[in-house]
Amino acid sequence: MPMTELRTETMTVNMGPQHPSTHGVLRLVLHLDGENVVGAEATVGYLHTGIEKTIEQKKYQQVIPLVERMDYLSAQSNSFSFALSVERLLGIDVPDRVKWIRVLLVELQRLNSHLVWLATHGMEVGAITVMLYCFRERELFLNINELIAGFRMFPSYIRVGGLREDLPPGFHAAVTEVLDRMPAKLAEYEDLLTHNPIYIKRTRGVGVVSKADALGLGLVGPIARAAGIPYDVRKAFPYSGYETFDFDVPIGVTGDVYDRYLVRVEEMYQSLRICRQALDRISPTGAWAVADPRVVAPSKDKVYTEMEALIQHFLIHSQGFTVPAGEAYVPVEGPRGEHGCYVVSDGTNRPWRVKMRSPSLMSCQALPTMIHGGLIADVIAVIGSIDVVMGDVDR
Amino acid sequence: MSFDVEIPVLTTTVEKMVNWARKSSIWPVTFGLACCAIEMMSMSSSRYDIARFGAEVFRGSPRQSDLMIVAGRLSRKMAPALRRIYDQMPEPKWVISMGACASVGGVFDNYAIVQGVDQIVPVDVFVPGCPPRPESLIYGIIQLQKKISESKLVVKAG
Repeated sequence: MPMTELRTETMTVNMGPQHPSTHGVLRLVLHLDGENVVGAEATVGYLHTGIEKTIEQKKYQQVIPLVERMDYLSAQSNSFSFALSVERLLGIDVPDRVKWIRVLLVELQRLNSHLVWLATHGMEVGAITVMLYCFRERELFLNINELIAGFRMFPSYIRVGGLREDLPPGFHAAVTEVLDRMPAKLAEYEDLLTHNPIYIKRTRGVGVVSKADALGLGLVGPIARAAGIPYDVRKAFPYSGYETFDFDVPIGVTGDVYDRYLVRVEEMYQSLRICRQALDRISPTGAWAVADPRVVAPSKDKVYTEMEALIQHFLIHSQGFTVPAGEAYVPVEGPRGEHGCYVVSDGTNRPWRVKMRSPSLMSCQALPTMIHGGLIADVIAVIGSIDVVMGDVDR
Repeated sequence: MSFDVEIPVLTTTVEKMVNWARKSSIWPVTFGLACCAIEMMSMSSSRYDIARFGAEVFRGSPRQSDLMIVAGRLSRKMAPALRRIYDQMPEPKWVISMGACASVGGVFDNYAIVQGVDQIVPVDVFVPGCPPRPESLIYGIIQLQKKISESKLVVKAG
C-alpha cells in the first residue's frame, strides 16, 4: 500500500464576537498551526454606537453623559477630557478646589478601573479568587460615586465649568475610609499573584511588545510604560494641577503581560498617594464651579428672588451656552492611556465635531503583533493584559 | 393495606416539580455587550452573589444555557450574531433585556443602535436603568423565576 503524503495546513479559528474572554464584543480571526498562532486579525465595530455623531446634536452640557458611556470603566476620564477641551475653548480657568476634586475623582476612577482589569484578567488566567476580591473592593469606589451623584457607574459629576454641585456631607470621611482600607487589600492581591509560580508561568515572556513596536503602533498608557516608554500625560503635559502632585510613573522593562501587571499594580499605589494629597487640599465646602454666568447657572436662592437670575437660569437650561468658534484638544491620562477629546466649535451651542482619541483602539491594533508566534492559550492572557474596553474602541 | 407514615412523602405534580427545577437553576450565557455587562458581573460577584438565586453558572457556550441576559447596547453589526446565539440555545430559553439601550435604544437614538432588542429576539423581562443596579437585575431574575413557575408543560390542543 503506498504511503500517502501527510499534509499540514493552518486552521482558521474565529474567536468572538461572543466569547467570555474578549471583554465584550472583540472578534479575532486566528490562524493556527497546531497550538501556535501564526497570524491574527482583530475585527472591531461590533459595539459601534455612533456616539460621536449623536454628540453633534447635543448641547455642550448634554454631551457629558454620552462621553461617559464610551469608555465605561473610566467614565470620568472621558468627561474630564471633554470638559477640559471645552473650557479651553471658552477660556475658563476653574478654581483650585475644583481641580483637586476632579483629580481625586479621576484617580479613584483609575483604581476602580484597574480593579475591574485585575478581576477579569485574574479570572481569565484561572484565578477566580482575585475576581471576587477585586469586585468586593470595587463596590467601595462605587459607593463614593453614589454618594456624590446617586449613580454607581456614570456620575456625570464633572461638568463643563466645574462640578455638578458641591461635595456632599461626609465625603471626606467616606474617601478616607476607602483610602485607609486599600493598601492592605492591594497587598492581598499581590500575595495572590505577584509571586505565584502559576501566574508567572502564564504571563512572563508572553505577549511581548518591544519599545520600538509600542511607539510604532501608537500604544500609550500602562502597555507602553511596561515596554519602557516613560510617557504619562500627567507628567508630559500636566493638566488640572497635576504638576503640583508628588507621584512616580512606574516603568517596565520587557513589555510582557507580567510587566503590564506590575505596572498597573504600582499605578494603583501611586493613585492612592495622589488621592491622599488631593483630599488634604480639598476643603469640605467652597467653590465647586467657575464664577462665570455664561456657563454656570445661578444658585437657587437667587433664581427664586431675582428676575435676572431666573432668566439666566432658564437660558442655560433651555438653550445651553455658546462656545467661541475654534478647536481644542486636551488629553488626560486615563486608566488605559491617553484619553483625548478633540472638540471643534462653530460658535453655536452645539459642538460641530467631537473626536475621541481612544487608547483601546490602539491596543486592538497591537493585538496581532503581541499574539503572533505565541500559543493559543496565551491569546486570552494577552487580551486580558491590554485591558481593552470595546465601548472605547468602537464608540 | 397498611400505610407506613414513617416514609417521608411529598405529593406534587410533574409540572410543578419541573418548573421548580427550571427556575432554581437558570444558567445564563455570558453575553456582555457594554456597560451593563460590568453590572452583570457585579451581580454575579461578591456583594450581590446571584448564587443565592441559583443563576450564577455563567456559561461560555449558548448550547449549555437557559437564559440570555442582553447586557448593553446592541449595534446593527452585532444583531445577527445575537440572533445566532439565541438560536443556538436549547429550549426552553428565556431572554432578559438589561438596561435602557437593550430595551428601547436608550440615549442612543441613532443609525448604529438597534432600538430595542425585542426586534431581534423575544424578550421575557425588561430591566430598566442605565445601567440597572445589580439589585434591579436580581429583581428581574426573580420576575423571570415567577414566570417560569407559572408556565404550563402541556398545552391542550384545540
